[in-house]
Amino acid sequence: MTFNRREFIKANAIAAAAAVAGVSVPAIASNLITSSDITKLKWDKAPCRFCGTGCSVNVGVMDGKVVATHGDIKSPVNKGLNCVKGYFLSKIMYGKDRLTTPLLRMTNGKYDKEGEFAPVSWDQAFDVMAEKAKETLKKDGPTAVGMFGSGQWTVQEGYAAVKLMKAGFRSNNIDPNARHCMASAVGGFMRTFGIDEPMGCYDDLEAADAFVLWGSNMAEMHPILWTRLTDRRLSSPHVKVAVLSTFEHRSFDLADNGMIFTPQTDLAILNYIAHYIISTGRVNKDFVSKHTNFRLGETDIGYGLRPEHPLEQAAKNNGKTAGSSTPIDFEEYAKFVSTYTVEYTSKLSGVPEHKLEALAELYADPKIKVTSFWTMGFNQHTRGVWANNLVYNIHLLTGKISTPGNSPFSLTGQPSACGTAREVGTFSHRLPADMVVTNPKHRATAEKIWDLPEGTIPAKPGYHAVLQNRMLKDGKLNFYWVQCNNNMQAAANINEEGYPGYRNPKNFIVVSDPYPTVTAQAADLILPTAMWVEKEGVYGNAERRTQSWYQMVEAPTGAKSDLWQLVEFSKRFAIEDVWPEELIAKKPDVRGKTLYDVLYKDSSVGKFSLDEVPEDRLNDESRHFGFYIQKGLFEEYATFGRGHAHDLAPYDRYHKERGLRWPVVNGKETKWRFKEGSDPYVKAGSGWDFYGHKDGRARIFALPYEPPAESPDEEYDLWLSTGRVLEHWHSGSMTQRVPELYKAMPDALVYMHPDDAKKRNMRRGDLVKLISRRGEVQTRVETRGRNKPPIGLVYMPWFDASRLVNKVTLDATDPLSKQTDFKKCAIKIVKV
Amino acid sequence: MKNFNLAVIASLLVLAVSPIMYSLNANAADKETVNSVATLRDATPIDVQKEPNRIPKVINKDIKKARNYPMQPPVIPHTTRSYEVNKYNNKCMSCHSRQRTEKSQAPMVSVTHFMNRDGNFLAEISPRRYFCNQCHVTQLDAEPLVENTFIDMHSLMKQKTANAKEH
Repeated sequence: MTFNRREFIKANAIAAAAAVAGVSVPAIASNLITSSDITKLKWDKAPCRFCGTGCSVNVGVMDGKVVATHGDIKSPVNKGLNCVKGYFLSKIMYGKDRLTTPLLRMTNGKYDKEGEFAPVSWDQAFDVMAEKAKETLKKDGPTAVGMFGSGQWTVQEGYAAVKLMKAGFRSNNIDPNARHCMASAVGGFMRTFGIDEPMGCYDDLEAADAFVLWGSNMAEMHPILWTRLTDRRLSSPHVKVAVLSTFEHRSFDLADNGMIFTPQTDLAILNYIAHYIISTGRVNKDFVSKHTNFRLGETDIGYGLRPEHPLEQAAKNNGKTAGSSTPIDFEEYAKFVSTYTVEYTSKLSGVPEHKLEALAELYADPKIKVTSFWTMGFNQHTRGVWANNLVYNIHLLTGKISTPGNSPFSLTGQPSACGTAREVGTFSHRLPADMVVTNPKHRATAEKIWDLPEGTIPAKPGYHAVLQNRMLKDGKLNFYWVQCNNNMQAAANINEEGYPGYRNPKNFIVVSDPYPTVTAQAADLILPTAMWVEKEGVYGNAERRTQSWYQMVEAPTGAKSDLWQLVEFSKRFAIEDVWPEELIAKKPDVRGKTLYDVLYKDSSVGKFSLDEVPEDRLNDESRHFGFYIQKGLFEEYATFGRGHAHDLAPYDRYHKERGLRWPVVNGKETKWRFKEGSDPYVKAGSGWDFYGHKDGRARIFALPYEPPAESPDEEYDLWLSTGRVLEHWHSGSMTQRVPELYKAMPDALVYMHPDDAKKRNMRRGDLVKLISRRGEVQTRVETRGRNKPPIGLVYMPWFDASRLVNKVTLDATDPLSKQTDFKKCAIKIVKV
Repeated sequence: MKNFNLAVIASLLVLAVSPIMYSLNANAADKETVNSVATLRDATPIDVQKEPNRIPKVINKDIKKARNYPMQPPVIPHTTRSYEVNKYNNKCMSCHSRQRTEKSQAPMVSVTHFMNRDGNFLAEISPRRYFCNQCHVTQLDAEPLVENTFIDMHSLMKQKTANAKEH
């Protein structure tokens, strides 16, 4: 071993240090400060602000500032570890451009859509907002009012927003950015199991003999779960790791079987594995006959594009029946998947036959406990619900489910995509605890808990995320409030839909954010927002773990939490402003009251006294409104799920625990659902009970491979996949403001195969343009980075506000889940 | 032991200058950022593309950066190009493992890295800490777009001590 590099560096270090040094070395050693009054930090727990893993973090506060954070050693999720983003949480609130006053577009002191942003007071901001909302409601009714929220809202914020929109404004046009993230996973769960969210938990990581990553790059996107998987793989040599992706990435560093497949052919590979299990006689017949039944799904369901698009014109079943299915038997199913032979699948996918066989054997061998992980590869897919259904198929055929290590595990992107978006039901078609607006019984249940007259909640689903942008552009959605997300950077095809939609003169756009984001730049009114430990809240992670935190520091003066904004804004509306007379007549005692009275203060939300807020704790919202609002919202919300397999513990307990996995029954959390002995909802003697469906059985779906919405052709000759990177959270609005994270990964580059670059006469670092049928973006070429795409595919992350890759992407969605496919569109690349 | 001496001198110099470097950074160009819009886009309109800057170089000077707080994983002060860290090799450990540091004079991985999930010390670094790049990152020579006003706890303590002396 030589140390040439080190010697070189050492010499350099001395020179560099001396150059900076011209400085005198301090004459005396500096004294250590040791007095405990001065060195003491106040430590408290909070879930991490970033991904769906849900690590617990210890937050150190001194003199009203967060000065340190580290991984919580008491948390079963991360046991003292954080990823690089998590370790820098201390700095995310301190970007110098934190917003501290509402900013309104004005000309000559008055609101003007074409004006420049100028500071206004909160009162002025809410005056204009309320005026615009009332004007819109009067002119076009509740369907012209909408909200775009987040899987990064706290549970309480999401719940307050659903109540304000669905009951207050009587509009179902509320959707979270989780639509871009988890909608296909939800669709898959509801279709196969009749109830949302994973049956297993992270304990599977220490129990499995094999892991299969379907498109997921856990090494970068779920780093702490990756440390647990790595720990298992390296400490138990019999464990195998299979990694499937459309390009090579960091998770391949641990792969025993790494596979690059042609985009969209994951559907075929999944069916091939089912065929392999059947044809090698390894179906768990006892399990299958007792706990499953078979369905043939509708096909040719379109691509969720605008109705006039040629692909929608050509699709036969892209209407309401797209999600329908008919019963079949095992033989019919076996015949259906028998076309997916190893030869056919290998040819279609580009994965060598022996690799496919090795993969299939992990599932087929009854002695191997196998855990499958997936996130955006399956979910951001025009057949995303199908992909979810198909992976459950192979776990169900073998009975490898709901027992330690046997786990089809849908990972979550955001810190509370499960807790807030899914469990609270902040989607345009949902209500809390898996209920939907289209079901009259579900609406009645919600109206009863909310103590509202029958008929308050509209029955028709509202506009989902992608439709919201289209309706903004078409001028049908005119008052729009965006909280806790950066959709102008995040949504696909912003050139043709999002940007013209926000800037449509008919629309008034409000954006709440701690920082001036790209979305804020496109708004008419920006509201400065408190974040993370500047407020109290609850998040729910990917393993059903509900975690709470207290407010630890004050927000910058002028910034208010999303919760404060929602509830304070509701004071601006008399019930007569928003409800028709016939609805008011059904419950005359609401007359003369405001939405604030009806939805919050006088409802069960308002029943917990301020005395319950610990005296030594900050709680700006409760002290402002005069009651313990976070507890009130949580407890009212929890009534939806208690006794219905979504049970949450009493609110106060979460402040004492490092989270609990629901259902929490008799004070005890549930690790594996649907399995007798670990899930209290399972009928005695049944073994397994998939109680989400009335017959207690999970569904195995026959669904084919269908081609993607757009594939490379002669002109647009490359696949483009987008995604995240380790160092940045989502659009980078927090992490790009942390110097160490910024300097680790300052710019979004396009990762390209060296041969693809050479063919186009390009070299690393060249300035290039990515062009699609929808728009273009400029960046620089990277041929030797951490991502190694195959020839014909490029990867560009979307965290970079200065290089908006979503000007290029296609807004095709899964017609069932309405989730966008960000992983496949056709582009060309030219030198600038 | 020429190597050893050089390293000692280097580390002393680095120790001496690092607080000064920190304060230099803190006083970096004070941009007009408060309540301005689109700071990360340098105020470029959404439908306009500003020319992307060149790919910055990795800072390779081997000068340690002060940590923001004791628990922060140190950033990597040298390039890691073509360093293999996979299930067969861990190039970082060829200098930073306990056995190698005498020869390399590189800092040894922290003792926390020997602890397993239950907090027990193992004879070798824990496999849960195997992939160094999940916490430790190199730094590119790029000027941050927005200043960060995070305050080091040490600055707060010094203020308090100074205040206490005045009274």
